[in-house]
Amino acid sequence: MKKQNPIIGIIFWTLVSFLTLFPIYWLFVISVKPAVQLFSTPDLILSDPYWGNYAKVWGDRLLRSYMVNSLIISSGNAILCTILGFFACYALSRFNMSGKESIFFWTITNRMAPPAVFLLPLFLLLTQVYAVGEWNLLDTRIGMILVYCTFNLPFAIWTLRPTVDGIPKELDEAAYVDGASAWKVITEIVFPLCRPGLAVTLILTWVFAWNEYLLAATLTNFNARTLTTGLSEYVTTTGTEWGIMATISVFTLIPALIVFGLVQKHIVAGLTFGAVKG
Amino acid sequence: MQSNKLGWILLAPTLVILFFFGVLPFIYVVYVSFHSWNPFAANPDMVFNWADNFRRIVFDEEFLNSVGVTVMFVFFAVLSELIVGYFLAQAFMKEFPGKAIFRTIHTLPLIMAPIIVGSVWKLMTTPSIGIIPHYLDEWFGISMNIGTSAPTAFATIVLMDVWHWTPLVTLTLIAALVSLPPDPFEQAQIDGANKRQIFWHITLPMIAPAVVATVFIRLMDALRTVDEVWMLTGGGPGSATRFVGVHIFKEVFPKTNYGYGSTISVIVLYLTIVACWLLYVTMLAPRTKKKG
Repeated sequence: MKKQNPIIGIIFWTLVSFLTLFPIYWLFVISVKPAVQLFSTPDLILSDPYWGNYAKVWGDRLLRSYMVNSLIISSGNAILCTILGFFACYALSRFNMSGKESIFFWTITNRMAPPAVFLLPLFLLLTQVYAVGEWNLLDTRIGMILVYCTFNLPFAIWTLRPTVDGIPKELDEAAYVDGASAWKVITEIVFPLCRPGLAVTLILTWVFAWNEYLLAATLTNFNARTLTTGLSEYVTTTGTEWGIMATISVFTLIPALIVFGLVQKHIVAGLTFGAVKG
Repeated sequence: MQSNKLGWILLAPTLVILFFFGVLPFIYVVYVSFHSWNPFAANPDMVFNWADNFRRIVFDEEFLNSVGVTVMFVFFAVLSELIVGYFLAQAFMKEFPGKAIFRTIHTLPLIMAPIIVGSVWKLMTTPSIGIIPHYLDEWFGISMNIGTSAPTAFATIVLMDVWHWTPLVTLTLIAALVSLPPDPFEQAQIDGANKRQIFWHITLPMIAPAVVATVFIRLMDALRTVDEVWMLTGGGPGSATRFVGVHIFKEVFPKTNYGYGSTISVIVLYLTIVACWLLYVTMLAPRTKKKG
C-alpha cells in the first residue's frame, strides 16, 4: 500500500461522494415537498420539510403488504439462486461432464433476453401451464421467485464460478480419502470456504430481485405485488404524484440499504479473499 | 474423482428451472416470430406468414436506427464506466481515513431500482422544474432541454448509466487489483519501468479477465435496458434514445404487434448472444483455462 497525503484523498472522495449522493438527496428533497411547491423554483437547500407524504405512504396498508411481498420474493429468490448457483458451480468446476462449458455459456444467455416480449409467454405459462385445477402460479410469491431465477440464477453461476474454481481440488480429494461423503464435502468443506463469494452473490441477486419492475408489473396484480410496482400506481391520467412516488422510492431504498450494510463487511472480505489465495 | 452422475444431479435443479422459465418462453417467442399477430387489431388471429417478419426487419429503418443508437450507447457508457471505475478502484487501493465510509457511499447507486433512477433523473433534468437545467441557466447561461435536444438527451442517459453502474465496475476491479501478486510490480520498478509501461504491460494484462467479465455483464445489461430510459425520455426526442429494448417495448405495448415484436426480440437476442460469445471465446475462455 502506498502512503500519500490523507487530505488529498479526503477532498477527492468528498467530491466523488457529493456527485454520487446528489440524486439520492434530491429524491429525498422531492419526497418532503408538498405537491404545490414541486413546480416552483428549485432550491438546493432543504427548508421547512413537509412529512405528509410519509404519513400517507406509511398509513397505506396496501403498500405495507407490497413491502412484505418484495422482502419475501427477493430474499427467497436470492437464497435459492445462491444455493443452486453454488451447486451448479461445484458441478461445473469439479466434474468432467461432456459439454459443460457450453452449458455454462448457455445459462447466461437466459439473462440476455429482451424482457418486453417474454412477458406474454411467461404470463401464458404461469396462468395455463403451471396450474393445478383452479390454482396457478400467476400473482403468487413462489411464481415470482421462480421467474426471477431466469436472470438471477445465471448471474449467480457466473459470479460464483471463479470462487469455486479457486478452492483447490486437493482439499476435496483429501476429504474423500478420509471417507467423507460427497454431500459432506460440498456442504461442510467447500461451502464455508466460498463464504465471501457467496455473500457478494447473495447481496447482488437480492438487489436485482428487489429492484425488478417490468416482470412484477405484468405477472402480479394483488397478492404478490411488489413495492416497485406500487410506484407506477401513482402515475395517473390526471398527472403523476411525484411526491408520493419519491416517498415510496425512499421506502424501497431503506431495506436495500440495511441489507447492504449488513453484508458490507463480507463484501470487503470477499474482495480481499483473492489476495489471500494469490 | 466422483462419477459424473453426481455432477448432473447438482446441475439438475438449475437446468430444470431455466428450462421451464427460460427455454419454453423462448420457444414460444420463436414460434410467434413467424406469425403476423396483433390481438387488438381487426383480425386478432395469429396468421402464419413464413419469414415475412424477418424480411421486413432488414428494411426496417426504425429498427436499424435503434441498433445504431444502442451500439453507440453501450460503447460510450461501458467505456466511461471502465475508465472511471478503474481510476476509482486504483484510488481505493490507497489507505486514507474514512475509506470504508466512502466506499459504502460510492456503492449506493447500485442498490437503486432502475425505475427509481429514471424517475429521479427525470425530476432533476426536466426543463423548468429540474434543478440541473435551472442552475445551468442561472449560473452559466446554458440552456439544457432533454425534451428537444437529441444530443443532450443521449448524453444525459449515458451520464445516468455511468452514475448508476460505475460502482459495480469499481467493485469488480477492486477485487481484481487486490488479488494481484506484488512481485511483477516490484521487479518492473527495479527495472526502471514508468507508470504507463507498468499499466500497459503488467496491470492491464493481469486484470484483463476481470475487465472482460465486467464488460460482458455490463454489455448484456446495457443491451436490455428499458426501465430507466423509458422513465427518463421514453425513447425520444424523435428516436435519439430509442434503444432496441425501448423499440421492442413500443412495438409490443402501444402497438400490440406481438408477431413483429417477437421477430425483433429473436434477432436482438441472437445478435447479443453472438457478440457475447465472440467476446467470451476470444478473451475470457482461453485465459480462465490457462489459469485452471
